[in-house]
Amino acid sequence: MSTNDDKAKEKAVAETENHPGHSEDKKGKGSGGSILLFFLVGIIASLLVGWVVFPKLLYSQKKQPINFNHAFHVETVDEGCASCHFFREDGSFSGVPKLAQCTGCHEEAQGEDPEEIKFVTQYVEKGREVPWLVCSRQPNCVFFSHAAHVELAKMECVTCHGPIGESTHSKIYEENRITGVSRDIWGRNIAGIKRNSWDRMKMEDCAECHAEAAAKEVSELEGPMEGFFNNAVKIAFPKSLSGRKTSVQTQNEACFVCHK
Amino acid sequence: MKMDRRSFLSFVIGGAAGTTLSPLPWKLTDDLAIWSQNWPWTPVPEKGEVSYANTTCMLCPGGCGITVRKVGDRAVKIEGTKGHPVNNGGICILGLSGLQLLYGPTRVPSPLRRTGERGENRWQKVSWDEALAWVAEKLADLRGKRLSHTVACISGTDGGTVPRLMERFLTAFGSPNFIRTPSMRDSYEMTLHLMQGAQASIGFDIENADFIVSFGSGILEGWGSPVRMFRANSVWKENGVKVVQIEPRLSNTAAKSDKWLPIHPGTEGALALGLAHVILKESLYRKDFVGTHTSGFDRWSKEVVEEWTPEQVETVTGIDKSTIVDLAKSFANAKKPLAICGRGKGNTAGGIGEFMAVHSLNALMGNINRKGGVWAVPGSDHIHWPEVEMDAVASAGMQQTRIDGAGTDKFMHARHLLHRVPEMISAGDPSLVQALFVLDANPYYTLSDKALLKKAWAKIPFILSFSSFMDETAQNADLILPNHMYLERYEDVPYAEGFNKPFIGLAKPVVSPQFDTLHTGDAILRLAKALGDPVEKAFPWEDYEGCLDDTFGDQWEELQEIGYRVESDFEPGSRNTAFETASRKFEFIPEESKDAAKNVMVKAEGEEPAYPLVLIPYDSPRLASGFIGDPPFMIKTVPDTVLKENDLLVEVHPKTAQSLGISEGKPAVLKTPKGEARVRVHLFEGIMPGLVAMPTGLGHQAYDGYLAGKGINFNDLIGPVEDEVSGLDAAWGIRAKLSRV
Repeated sequence: MSTNDDKAKEKAVAETENHPGHSEDKKGKGSGGSILLFFLVGIIASLLVGWVVFPKLLYSQKKQPINFNHAFHVETVDEGCASCHFFREDGSFSGVPKLAQCTGCHEEAQGEDPEEIKFVTQYVEKGREVPWLVCSRQPNCVFFSHAAHVELAKMECVTCHGPIGESTHSKIYEENRITGVSRDIWGRNIAGIKRNSWDRMKMEDCAECHAEAAAKEVSELEGPMEGFFNNAVKIAFPKSLSGRKTSVQTQNEACFVCHK
Repeated sequence: MKMDRRSFLSFVIGGAAGTTLSPLPWKLTDDLAIWSQNWPWTPVPEKGEVSYANTTCMLCPGGCGITVRKVGDRAVKIEGTKGHPVNNGGICILGLSGLQLLYGPTRVPSPLRRTGERGENRWQKVSWDEALAWVAEKLADLRGKRLSHTVACISGTDGGTVPRLMERFLTAFGSPNFIRTPSMRDSYEMTLHLMQGAQASIGFDIENADFIVSFGSGILEGWGSPVRMFRANSVWKENGVKVVQIEPRLSNTAAKSDKWLPIHPGTEGALALGLAHVILKESLYRKDFVGTHTSGFDRWSKEVVEEWTPEQVETVTGIDKSTIVDLAKSFANAKKPLAICGRGKGNTAGGIGEFMAVHSLNALMGNINRKGGVWAVPGSDHIHWPEVEMDAVASAGMQQTRIDGAGTDKFMHARHLLHRVPEMISAGDPSLVQALFVLDANPYYTLSDKALLKKAWAKIPFILSFSSFMDETAQNADLILPNHMYLERYEDVPYAEGFNKPFIGLAKPVVSPQFDTLHTGDAILRLAKALGDPVEKAFPWEDYEGCLDDTFGDQWEELQEIGYRVESDFEPGSRNTAFETASRKFEFIPEESKDAAKNVMVKAEGEEPAYPLVLIPYDSPRLASGFIGDPPFMIKTVPDTVLKENDLLVEVHPKTAQSLGISEGKPAVLKTPKGEARVRVHLFEGIMPGLVAMPTGLGHQAYDGYLAGKGINFNDLIGPVEDEVSGLDAAWGIRAKLSRV
């Protein structure tokens, strides 16, 4: 006695026997091409997402509250950048000027520029601080001393900040939606490739300069695999593991000089 | 083309490979690392310019100078002001925690009008115009009904421009009921008044004394100006100055003293007279002073010699008679001995007999108004406002008896008797107080006899709090008109408790007001304006700052710059402050209070055997027990032998605990004639057997989640005990029963 199931099985076996190899060939040829195709589609799509879509999604675009003309101000003032971005008496760096510094000249509008008039009416007269969006601001966990770099190492502003003093208008501020910091920290190039020293300001960029300055100090590197971390730190902060202090000011070891 | 399983997998692999070759995973990893270090609840220091602003702390009557470190507009740290005459760079834990009061969640953000039942904590925001108009309307109504005298104000301080403006407002309005909260200031003021005829504050030249006998004063617990006392204690240690601490419990002060004499609580006055007895008997007193500058000495010494023999004093105080004799001799033989009193932080008034007994001891040694002694410091005289022109209503109101009875025949010398107010209100019908203002005080928490207080509170139709913080009084008020907190406002602080030189500190705004608050000085001026003449014309100032400017005149700028004014070359008695009694001498037995000496001890409420133990409070520098509650920093420093989670621990001697069958940490019920509370027991050999000691400053119902609901309020378990002679609240403890559960 046979059931319906048994009959179906028999039929299937009979079909296979009649056309040996046929179905395997078809499968092999067709799937080989499509597998490659799907692989390519996957790779291209993900590359597009990673290189094009992701950066677009990652950053939001914001306008500065006032369109600021650096070039004009640099021409007008006597002491260059330090006229507005100065060191305080206690050695700390003032950063972006407060309203109090601006009102020295802009108690009233000096000209006809609509941006200046907007600044005077909306901020100076109301005594409100301008909520500038600061492109160079590092995350809160980073400590950076301007005094050590500008006063002691005599570095130029432009080395890290670029030719911002020549700009005639404020560019669009792009904010990283995840970290809340400016796109300028990672750099415009999503791959992190830079042409100028000021294009990005991640730890590697700090390290690059520090390594260069003290390259002669680096003598013995360990093997590439086992000493990866030590080598990285040695290159970045050459004095730390060689028994000498990284920071001249604080006489402290490497990591906590910058990482709070 | 159909996608089968293999194609799909290949798509995924391609996607993965592509993703790896794109910046996405690397950039995302980096971003997430940064994101994880910048979560919004991670505290981030302010960025900006660092600056320092000097002002005066107003959290206790200490009058310390404080320097606030600011970054940008944010105050980030409070330090003691270096070179300040009171605290010279030092600061206490409460002063240090002030920023949590400034930025913490206990602030009253705007005028609030009660919407629910009293104490339900349901409020409606109202505008300042609306709120002040409402108060003015209520006041005008009372004045119209000739009930101006039923408006009362409870104030934490007096003498400064803000309490004086309030007092002036009440005078012009027609009410004599400006009542200061009780403290040892009351008893010391009265002592100076009775024995020296002086209207003055007490000052101690502690830094120059060379032998200290403290009758329960918490030198290291916050007595006087706390930081000054801490520093003095260090100086004493360096210079070998002896400190003898007399109190029933091993407090911080007792632990750091050279000698601790445990005494039956409430008998400190008897010991003072016992010491006087020995000094008189052995003729060790300073005859030059006693002979020429005192009156009533013969009668007083006869009484003391007859009644307070070391044997009798031993029976009363529990201190061995040879110890009494030794102590009296050491005290008398010191060059500049000093006796001080006022229990704990001095937050209660105390009996006048005890204060006079201790003061007599100083007089015997001739150290009144002398280097290293007790000085009568004249009250600040910076306020010279024109006399208030009263109309008929105001005059009639001002002639009414004060609610607290201070200044009446019965309590002639008392200026403020707040503890009497709840009883008077409860007894009167309708309430003797129709409107109550509360200024820099938290009477709903600090007044004892809670049942009576609640009854009285319910009878007051309108209660207005000026508190910057949501304290118990504000929570049980009808309207809150929040003052700027002390770091946001100008105010003169006219004395530093126990400081021996005339002193005025100035509180200055170090940050701009954080909320929609108004300076109470301005609120009073605006209320006066809203009421119109004759109240309005008593206030000829545009605003409070104008009033300050006018009050200090040409000294205003200097005061603003320096932040305080001190007469550093002040010599006591060089001004007419010493001995303005009828006899122009120091009175050992003032005519007006002949019975004071007989009343050196006040009995605690309650009887044996229902209450076999005695409950006493103890103060701690870690527990703010005045009108301010502990900020979070402070409550975290309270050890778990005092507060375990929300349970308060009472201290009991192991022997007492054994007889009650209670062991360490076990729960118990503490019952007094005034209340009952569930506590836990901490066995402590530093407390005399038969006593139960309880910390003050806990059991808050208001403030924030860090403080509310923690422990028991000592004031809920005790009631006032009126000193018959002075009328002051002399309660130092209450009989109690502790039973296991």
